[in-house]
Amino acid sequence: MSTLEIDRARKLYGDLEVLKEVSISIGTGDFLVLLGPSGCGKSTLLNMIAGLEEISGGEIRIAGKVVNDLSPKDRDIAMVFQSYALYPTMTVRQNIEFGMKIRGVSRAERDKAVKTAADLLQMTHLLDRKPSQLSGGQRQRVAMGRAIVRQPKLFLFDEPLSNLDAKLRVDMRTEIKRLHARLGTTIVYVTHDQIEAMTLATRVAVMKDGVVQHLDDPQSVYDRPANVYVAKFVGSPSMNIIPAKLEVKDGNAIAIIDIPGAATAQLAGIPVSSQAAAKYAGRGILVGIRPELFSVTGAASAQKLSVNIDVVEPTGPDTLALFQAGGVEVTARVPPRAVAARTPATLAVDTAKIVLFDAETEQRID
Amino acid sequence: MATNAASFRRQHRIGRAVIYGSLFFMAAFYLMPLWVMITTSVKHLDEIYAGSFIGLPQQITFDAWRTAWSEACNGTACRGLKPYFINSLLLTIPAVIMSTGIGAINGYVITKWRFPGSNVIFGLLLFGCFLPFQAVILPMAQTLGMLGLAGSLPGLVLVHTVYGIAFTTLFFRNYFVSIPDELVRAAKIDGAGFIRIFVSIMLPAALPIIVVSCIWQFTQIWNDYLFGASFTAGENAPITVALNNIVNVSMGRKEYNVDMAAAMIAALPTLFVYVVAGRYFVRGLTAGAVKG
Repeated sequence: MSTLEIDRARKLYGDLEVLKEVSISIGTGDFLVLLGPSGCGKSTLLNMIAGLEEISGGEIRIAGKVVNDLSPKDRDIAMVFQSYALYPTMTVRQNIEFGMKIRGVSRAERDKAVKTAADLLQMTHLLDRKPSQLSGGQRQRVAMGRAIVRQPKLFLFDEPLSNLDAKLRVDMRTEIKRLHARLGTTIVYVTHDQIEAMTLATRVAVMKDGVVQHLDDPQSVYDRPANVYVAKFVGSPSMNIIPAKLEVKDGNAIAIIDIPGAATAQLAGIPVSSQAAAKYAGRGILVGIRPELFSVTGAASAQKLSVNIDVVEPTGPDTLALFQAGGVEVTARVPPRAVAARTPATLAVDTAKIVLFDAETEQRID
Repeated sequence: MATNAASFRRQHRIGRAVIYGSLFFMAAFYLMPLWVMITTSVKHLDEIYAGSFIGLPQQITFDAWRTAWSEACNGTACRGLKPYFINSLLLTIPAVIMSTGIGAINGYVITKWRFPGSNVIFGLLLFGCFLPFQAVILPMAQTLGMLGLAGSLPGLVLVHTVYGIAFTTLFFRNYFVSIPDELVRAAKIDGAGFIRIFVSIMLPAALPIIVVSCIWQFTQIWNDYLFGASFTAGENAPITVALNNIVNVSMGRKEYNVDMAAAMIAALPTLFVYVVAGRYFVRGLTAGAVKG
């Protein structure tokens, strides 16, 4: 059992509150990603879990045990750092063994653990090298090996891939995912890269200004973001947030969007409760539409939008078409060559996946 | 075209000749005093007084070296430099080790275990680097008197250790500041404590700066005259003080050859240290500038 419960954890630096009553709870084998821009408090939270930063308020429990006042070594955790933090004067083997030596693990057991980790990470041939003789990816592997031999209740990763080049980052991402699948250990992983969060996590906590904005599985965070901030942070290109007006016809919510140089578009079939629809009827709201919800070949019954395409940006597998709607620039992801720049086009919208937000609080309307 | 290339090559050769010529001249000019010292130290005194000062010795003799080492008089006794050379070793070695060790710990604490006011303490320590020797003589003499160490070698060891801490702390602080804090965090998670991290991780990584600190301190302490003259007397004097006494005491003719030999004996250990460890010295001084 290796659960992690963060219960109203706070962090204060003097009068500055960098974490405001953060509560997150994950179960055994979960892969929690703390996602947010720099300065959102995600690394601070990770360091508090590790015991490298003091907890100003609230409780952190690992496997049911309160660890607030335990030193890092007594928390049964292992951590992988952004800069890998390999001991420069020790060989790879000594790096991996260091923690075990301190804990007084016998030589035979150490050798066995090193061998197992080296086999798992395919770095047996690197064991007698110094960190300076390794490439970035190899260093990352050693750092993970050092964490694995600990057999901890909890793995902590602090932006482990951000020092790698783009290609290697994708490879190592897969490797971490594979490692998690094989070891089944609970992981807390900090990153500012939403792709890493989407691909790796079983649970994502999107953070901003020391507050968890949304905690859910990645697909739910992507499909039904809790607020405009999360909607824009997760997904690339990000979700279109279009100012519109909500009207109710026969108990159905209809979003009315101004399109310059064309008739206003009316989108029906938006999933929103009748109470909410009644509450927001006649008011301004924000309509959240992912770029891939647009298409050029919708069914006859589909909701349509007649727009003037402004710019097209081919990316290879598909093309991004930009146009104006509701006073903002909207991005649609369409097949290559489906539309042309500076020409009118009719785009179908999968309104069943549209998300509505309150125009003032920017919170999702359900 | 061919003539152009040829003239270019000729110009190149002339340029090289000028560069090497001037370098050679500078080096010769700089080495001149050493040359005079070496030649004078192996000449007979008669030859020196005959007027040959710069030229080669007619007959090489090491009598002057022997005299300087074991027979020269310093006003109280005629035992040469030998006992004072040993004094200087007994003084310099512990003082170098202690000041370097304390500087290493200071640098480690100031960079990796910051505490409220650690920057202020570092600032005050830096102050010690700018403090002239003369300014501390009187208070230091009082302190040594109170500790009962006045006039003794241990007293002088203490003085040099304390005075050296400012410099060694600066060295180590600037070196350790370039070692990422994440290393310390990783070691903490591995279960290492304050001392274990220092001994197993920081010190092995600090070899270049340890060498720099040792060379610097060795040179400073070995060559120091003022503290030696102020805080020791007679038998306990370091070699610099003894050298001064030998050179200034003359009975009959001034023995230039013995003076030169004595001066060179006094300078040899620092020369030795530079030759043996100089490689590390340059590397250590530039280590902070280049990362990785």
